[in-house]
Amino acid sequence: MNIRLILSSLGSVLCTEAVLMIPAMLVSVIYGQDDVYAFIISILILIAVSFLLRILKPDQSQMYARDGFAVVSLSWFFVSVFGALPYLISGAIPSPIDAFFETVSGFTTTGATILKEVESLPKGILFWRSFTNWVGGMGVLALVLAVLPSVKASTVHILVAESPGPNPGKLVPKIGQTVKILYIIYLAMTLIQVILLLISGMPLYDSIVNALSTAGTGGFAVKNTSIGAYNNVFAEVIITVFMFLFGTNFTLYFQMIRGNVKSFFRNAEFRFYLGIVVISIALITIDLTGKVFGSVWESLRHSSFQVSSIITTTGFSTTDFDLWPSFSKSILVLLMFIGASAGSTAGGIKCIRIVLLMKLMRREVHKIIHPRSVYTVKIDGKSVDEDVLSGITVFFYAFITIFAAAVLIVSLDGKDMVSNFTAVATTIGNVGPGLGIVGPMGNFSSYSVLSKAVFSFCMIAGRLEIFPVLLLFTPMFWKKVNI
Amino acid sequence: MKIIIIGDGKVGYTLAENLSQEDNDVTIIDKDPEPLRKAIEYLDVMCIRGNGVSTKILMEAGVKDADLLIAATTSDEMNMVCCLTAKKLGAQHTIARIRDPEYASELSALKRDLGLDMVINPEHACANEIGRVLSYPTAVSVEPFAKGKVELAELKVVNGMPLVGMKLKDVSARISSSILIGAVIRDDEVFIPKGDFQIKENDMIYVIGRPSSVYNFCSRVGLYREKVKNVMIIGGGRIAYYLAQYLEEAGMKAKIIEIDKNRCYELSELLPNTLIINGDGSEESVLNSENLRGMDAFVAVTGRDEENLLTALYAKQCGVHKVIAKINRVNYASMIKDMGIDSVVSPKQITANGIIRYVRGLKNAMGNPVETLYKIIGDKAEAIEFVANQSTKFVNVPLHDLKLRDGILVATIVRKSEIIIPHGKDVIKPGDSVILIVKDKHFSDFNDIIAPGGAS
Repeated sequence: MNIRLILSSLGSVLCTEAVLMIPAMLVSVIYGQDDVYAFIISILILIAVSFLLRILKPDQSQMYARDGFAVVSLSWFFVSVFGALPYLISGAIPSPIDAFFETVSGFTTTGATILKEVESLPKGILFWRSFTNWVGGMGVLALVLAVLPSVKASTVHILVAESPGPNPGKLVPKIGQTVKILYIIYLAMTLIQVILLLISGMPLYDSIVNALSTAGTGGFAVKNTSIGAYNNVFAEVIITVFMFLFGTNFTLYFQMIRGNVKSFFRNAEFRFYLGIVVISIALITIDLTGKVFGSVWESLRHSSFQVSSIITTTGFSTTDFDLWPSFSKSILVLLMFIGASAGSTAGGIKCIRIVLLMKLMRREVHKIIHPRSVYTVKIDGKSVDEDVLSGITVFFYAFITIFAAAVLIVSLDGKDMVSNFTAVATTIGNVGPGLGIVGPMGNFSSYSVLSKAVFSFCMIAGRLEIFPVLLLFTPMFWKKVNI
Repeated sequence: MKIIIIGDGKVGYTLAENLSQEDNDVTIIDKDPEPLRKAIEYLDVMCIRGNGVSTKILMEAGVKDADLLIAATTSDEMNMVCCLTAKKLGAQHTIARIRDPEYASELSALKRDLGLDMVINPEHACANEIGRVLSYPTAVSVEPFAKGKVELAELKVVNGMPLVGMKLKDVSARISSSILIGAVIRDDEVFIPKGDFQIKENDMIYVIGRPSSVYNFCSRVGLYREKVKNVMIIGGGRIAYYLAQYLEEAGMKAKIIEIDKNRCYELSELLPNTLIINGDGSEESVLNSENLRGMDAFVAVTGRDEENLLTALYAKQCGVHKVIAKINRVNYASMIKDMGIDSVVSPKQITANGIIRYVRGLKNAMGNPVETLYKIIGDKAEAIEFVANQSTKFVNVPLHDLKLRDGILVATIVRKSEIIIPHGKDVIKPGDSVILIVKDKHFSDFNDIIAPGGAS
């Protein structure tokens, strides 16, 4: 491990974070609230620390896979630690672990909160909260790669470690440009959403903040009852559609811009994603009609919003779905695990992995019938490497193992089973709300410090797809000579 | 520039490495996932797995708006088809590697019919390089500039040379005033020397000037002033064949030692004036019985690096003046440099250099003014050729009035057929080709060489 290189990369990341706080600071200046000092102090601390880290000049600048992975997981940890400063200094969240939880939840685009009451918080702090969703959606390090002038070839490891999905690739030959293109698409879509929300009649500040939360599929809202507070059907439809769009693989948008519209509907993952969304909406609508809402339209309105919100791991809500019948709730919990597409801003296991796991299952059955058959798993007409396939099965196992371990630790608090189970599912899947205590109208504040730390771990592990985080817990990785 | 490289072998990888570092968008296509994995890990390029002949794969790589396609797979025929397809699909320029000597004679027809812009034959290029070095006594390598009007030769200063201990200003007075010593490497560090710089033993010096002047300089300072007359070549592959042809034309006598009997028959048919010997060139007795000690030069070009290096060392020990070895793997180049072999050549590096020079020429046509660029030990210093034009800010200003940045030397000015080794009073005029030696910096604009506020 090249500790100097990792530290100096961390320095660049923290410097970028200081810049990222500027918009939030400007918001609090505009609204004339006193949280502006919280931002100024945080920015100064970040600049000082990043300066100290960047004094260290790496003696060897070749970045190997292990360094890239370490940079990513350490950056996410430290960015969360320093991102909590504005909450602490402004006094919005007095407890350090709560502030850390809230920041992790923001950057990992989970949107789970410990706040009982958000409407009274200063505007700048709330903006920062949603802005962490936006930045975390596409990736903190991706942003660093996009803005740094000199991006070396070996930084591809950083991109691989941070981007969601089993097989992240480049859009264009240069990494720097790839990341820039992704951020431009991301920014453009966010702007379109802001404009549409304004047209729907939402206030400017709320439009921007909600659009930021939607784009990162984070789900931090500025109202206690989330999007339901506006009771604006047009705005709900816009958010539903945009949540779905941000859960789609950004590579497809790039193909579309290049004029290859067909690829959208030929893409196996997108078809699966669309299929699951449509089927879930249909089933929940049928289940709800008559039981919870009187009319089909009312059921459709809430079911489509909720399905889109949960599968893209956003976590907005328009209604308290904790009160829905258990069939509908079960579908939503399953959607938490599935998540949206690879290469999007969403969390979860990702549709592509589910598709490939199902194909693997079919292959196993096929092998029983024809023991000597040779069967390559294909997707979009291309055969998938055996390495990628075994990576996916191991990922699935690791995901479930961490999930189980976390449930076990969290249950020490003595809360009910459903709350614990969904709380872990919602944090590891980066969704936000669960059921029971942590339901759409509830929050995580009543859990113990240990549980909150476990949730924070789950969120980062879920966002970075487990392995970069597990690396930090491997003793061999920390040794100078690793054999 | 958008460049597609087909074939991620030795040459393909080296090309991708160099071209991607020079800010080109490089896409590599190869059938085999293993080399691609290495490329994606270490280089800033895009990799596509598939057959480079297939239209679908080429379209995926973006051949439509590619500026250049380089086909460097192992098969000549495949390279030709790749280029042909790519040209039809819209690639601006194509380069194919064609190495079979059978095609070599029909190259111009092939080039025309297939629309190829450049054909590169690594063995042929390598043989030419060896031939060039052989024609210069004492030079380690020779690099042409300004379409061959100027040459840059690398020399190693050894004990006994008249240069040892001499100051640079005395060199022009005592040995030759028509050349210029542009750079000196001492203990892995590069110096752009001034007049009172003293040359020491074991320095590597770079001499620039008109080819004839450089040749005269080399023969005057060298310990062995005689022209190379007899060359022994170990290994009878394609390089040996091309080299023997080159030597025959240059009036040198060559002796090829080849282990395979059938190949010997082939060679003796192809090269009537060259002595072909059937034997194992790595055996001491064979070398001795063929009078290795009496040879002026020794070239080892078998297929195995270790054999080439060892026989070359043996030849050096036997007192052969000029020893050249071919190696395919350049990984340990710095170590080999210290082993005492005069020159080490690597076909893949030569091929890559040739193509890179072509790419720079293309870029030049697209607005980048750097004509040729030659790297002196890795990245530490470069010799660059710029063309002065209307936009150059300091034309007609005497050089001693120009405030250049540190570590820049105006080495040569080429004005039509005139070669000027510049002095303080000389000026740069529009249309001149100017060769600069630059340390530690990279320039893309000629005007950048002036220190801030230095141009009038």
